[in-house]
This record gives sequence, structure tokens and C-alpha cells, in this order.
Amino acid sequence: MTRPILEAKGLHVAFNGVKAADDVSIAIHDGEFLAIIGPNGSGKTTLLNICTGYIRPRSGRVLLDGHDITRLSPRAIARRGVARAFQIPQLFSAQRVIDNMMLGLAATDGLWSAVRRLETAARRDEAMALLDLVGLAGDADRISSTLPEGHRKLLDIALALALKPRLLLLDEPTSGVSALERFPLMEALMSALRQRRITALFVEHDMDVVARYASRVLVWNAGNIMAEGRPDEVFSNAQVRQRVVGVA
Amino acid sequence: MRTLLAAAAVLTLAVLPIAAPWLQFVLTLAIAKGFAALGVAVLLRAGLISIGHAMFFAASAYAVTFLARAGIHDLGLLLIFSVLAGALVGAVAGSFLVRYRAIFFAMLNLAVSMVFYALCAKLYGVTGGTDGMAVPVPTVFGLVLSEPAFKSVLFYLSLGLMVLVGVSVQRYLNSPLGHALAAVHTNEIRLEYLGVPVWAVLLIAYVVSAALAGLGGAIAGFAIGRVVPDFAFWTASGHLVLIAVLGGIGGVPGAFIGALFLELLHSAAVTVTDSWNLIVGMTLIIVIMFMPQGVYGLFARKEASNL
Ligand SMILES: Nc1ncnc2c1ncn2[C@@H]1O[C@H](COP(=O)(O)OP(=O)(O)OP(=O)(O)O)[C@@H](O)[C@H]1O
Ligand SMILES: [Mg+2]
Repeated sequence: MTRPILEAKGLHVAFNGVKAADDVSIAIHDGEFLAIIGPNGSGKTTLLNICTGYIRPRSGRVLLDGHDITRLSPRAIARRGVARAFQIPQLFSAQRVIDNMMLGLAATDGLWSAVRRLETAARRDEAMALLDLVGLAGDADRISSTLPEGHRKLLDIALALALKPRLLLLDEPTSGVSALERFPLMEALMSALRQRRITALFVEHDMDVVARYASRVLVWNAGNIMAEGRPDEVFSNAQVRQRVVGVA
Repeated sequence: MRTLLAAAAVLTLAVLPIAAPWLQFVLTLAIAKGFAALGVAVLLRAGLISIGHAMFFAASAYAVTFLARAGIHDLGLLLIFSVLAGALVGAVAGSFLVRYRAIFFAMLNLAVSMVFYALCAKLYGVTGGTDGMAVPVPTVFGLVLSEPAFKSVLFYLSLGLMVLVGVSVQRYLNSPLGHALAAVHTNEIRLEYLGVPVWAVLLIAYVVSAALAGLGGAIAGFAIGRVVPDFAFWTASGHLVLIAVLGGIGGVPGAFIGALFLELLHSAAVTVTDSWNLIVGMTLIIVIMFMPQGVYGLFARKEASNL
């Protein structure tokens, strides 16, 4: 295999004695769609927090393209092409949906212009295309705090895509999204990822989604990886079925 | 429609002093305070309340007198350099203040401005102490003017600058940087995750706001003809916050409308009563309770949105 895009080595994190990562090592390779599953509170979000520089591990390292990013800020890591969508949507809630998107797009190009308008025709089109992708085109002019929870989740994902990342980290992309919208969202997301050559890691509770879309699955339990492999391999593992699939 | 309304308002302001000459001073001072309140309003966008912006107001006014002593007598140059001085003080103070939020930001601004006030009052040899310093009548494009003529020039210049600077600030607020500023208020974490350096966005805003306060201070110094430490006193800073809130958070015309409203109310009130603070307090209560958009909100059309 090629060198991993993102690699974590020997991560240790504990909160008040509770181990959220206990000697965790993972690697994501180019073109993968890696799923992480595991029970609530097992440390999945914490892993994303470490990989994006939001928290520092007690020990261990995170490498992006072989470079150590363990001590970098979320901002510095974002600038290296890693975007994140959040478990709880992180939006500019007082702003319109379209303004959220245009600000996301401007972050990679013209943020430093203090005289040109944020809203240009080109940027608006690009924002609308991304909103269309996640099915939010009809909500463009709404204030984002007024969106239903599921749609806020979609906007959060679109905002991550606006960064044009190489690597996308998704924290439960389908949670809060209605069962009807779940598969259309995943289809749209997968085609966008393929088209834009984005590698992705996603934490997910919906096993149907994992089985259908993941190229590889990591099973998380109490701060550890208890199993790893193709979805069909992992789901036939008796221990996994009992400990994770049943409760997740 | 809005442009027409604004043009009519500016035109009215322009002719008012012809009908009532005593208004010229009041209006000049109102516009000066409007600039400073606009500076405060810029930071309000990011959810940051500065109770110390009178410091920049005073800094630029003092800068005018220092520059005049150093041999600069041209109005344009004095304005430009004194505003730059205000911006410079803003860059220095801002570089550590923008790390703080909420009550800490408000209180630290207050604290820094009180140190500045104390220095102005104590350093008698430099600042003239509590007596302050006289602001000389400058030349305008090499012309030596009489004081009344200069005050008229100052008024119309302030009016012109109000339009020009107001439009520029509006552009800034509509730009990516201006939107990022508002985004600091709603979700700083997401902004960082988009790769945006929040401290830089805030520092730029802080310097802009200090420059605006400085412009106001320089104009006020010229209009009054004297600069005293009280320019920087915390009640003056509070007054600017009051105007910004009165004018409605964020609106550019709002800051000037709020300032005009308050100054006119003041000059009307002092002739009939000495309970000026009572009137200000009551007005503020009414505005905050019944017009959360500020006085400006009365005139602004509602944005079309399907809430
Ligand atoms: N900042 C923090 N401070 C203290 N404890 C924390 C912090 N972040 C996470 N934890 C704890 O670490 C453990 C792992 O949390 P984490 O959010 O990573 O789990 P998760 O696998 O994402 O769970 P879920 O499926 O509910 O999202 C939990 O026990 C949680 O309470
Ligand atoms: Mg989680």
C-alpha cells in the first residue's frame, strides 16, 4: 500500500481517569472511505478531536503525509487540507444558509479582501452547487438556526466540503438526518467524494450505512480498536456483533 | 429608496446650520461622536463590547495638538496623521486585547483606557494635565481661516466624511472580513476549523474601530478647540456604547442617527431641565425594551426571510 494520508500512532488520552484512547494507532490511505463504529462514549469523537488538533493526546503522534501535526492548531490543520463535519452541527447560526457557505468558500480564497463583497456571482453559484448536493438549495435564504436538526447536519457537511479538502472527517454524518434522507445523502456524498478525490473517515452508528458504503471498518471499544477489516468480515465477527452492533 | 432617504437626511443636515447657526457646533460634535460610536458598533458585530473607546477618541485629539506643535498646520494632514496615531494605539492595545472575550474584553478595555486617562491627567509637562491643551485653528489648503469660517469648513468636511467613511465601513462589513467578524460572534470554533485566524480578523476590526474613534476625537478636538483628559474618561466610553446600542447593533447609519438623536436631545434637555441623566436612562430603557433594532430599526426595512 501507499503511504497513509493520515496516521495516528500510539495515542493515549484520558479524562479524569477514563481512557478515551488507550494506545490507539490508525492509518487512512488515499481513496479510502473508512468507517469507525463503536458504542457511545468509546472515544470516537475524541479521536477526531486529536486528529484535528482540538485536543492534545497525553502521548502519541498524528502524522499527515508523514509530517507531525500533533501540536498544530485546528486552523493550521484545516489549512493543510483536512476538513471536519461535526457530530453536533457547528454553524454560523445567526447567518443565512448561503452566507454560511460563502464564508466557508471565502476562507480558502478571498477572505482578506476588505472591500470586495462576500457575495459574488461566482461564489454564490459555487455555494448553491454545494447546497444542491446535500439537498438544501431550497433553504439558501433561511437563517441557519431556523433549520430543522437534520438540515443543520447537512449544512455542516456542506460547510466542510466548501474547504475543498483532501481528507474529510465526518462525525456521524447521518445522525439526526431522517431515515428517508439518509441514503440519498450518502449517495450524494459518495459521488462528491469520488469526483473530488476526497479521502474520508466517518464515525457512524447506522450499520446499514456502514455495510453499504465503507471500504474498511474500525471497531472501537473503550478507547481501543477491537476489530478491523472489510464490512462483511467485521460484521461476521461474533464479538463485534455482541459488543458493538447490538448496542450501537 | 434607501439611498434617496440617506441623501435627503444628509441634505437636511447640511442646511440646518444655515437656519439655526447654533446647531452647527452641536451637529459637528454629534457626527464626531457618531464616528466613535461606529467604531464601537464594528466590534459589537463580533459580540465584543468595548468600554474604553474614548481612549482612542482622546489619543487622536491629543495627537492633533502634538502634531501642530511639531509644525504641521494643514487640516488634512493633521486629520490623517492623528487618525493614524489612533489606529496605532489601537494596534498596540488590540494585539493583546483581542485574545479576550465577553466581560473580560469589556473590563480590560475599560482598565486600559483608565490608565490612559490617568496618564493624560498626571503628565502635566506633556499633556497639560487636567487643564488639557488648546487645539489650534489649522490652515486649510494653505488658507488661513478665521475661527468661525474654519468651524463651518469643519462641519461640512465632517458631513462629507460621514458619507464617505460610512460607505467604506458598510463595504467592509459586507466583505468576507466583515462577515467573518460577525461569524466570530456565532461560532468561533467553526471559523478556526475553516482555517480562519480569528485573532487576525479581530485585530483588523479593532484597528478599524480605533481609527474611527480617532477620527471622531480629532474632529471633536477641532470643534471644541481644546482637548482634556476627560475625553478619555470612562463615562465618555460608556456614552459611545450607549450611542451604538441606541443606533442599533451593527447598522452604519444607526451610529450617526443615535449620536444625532442623543446630542439634539441633550441640547434640548439642558434648556428645560437639569435631569439629563434621567432622560438618557429612560430613553435607553425604552429603546432596549421596545426597539431592539435601535432607532435606526424604525427606518430600516425588514429583510425578506421566511422565519
Ligand atoms: N473534553 C472532555 N472532558 C472530559 N471528558 C470528555 C471530554 N471529551 C470526551 N470526554 C469523555 O471521553 C469519553 C469518550 O467521549 P467521545 O465523545 O469521544 O465518545 P464517542 O465515541 O464520540 O461517543 P458518542 O457515540 O456518544 O458520540 C466519554 O466518556 C466522554 O464523556
Ligand atoms: Mg461522538
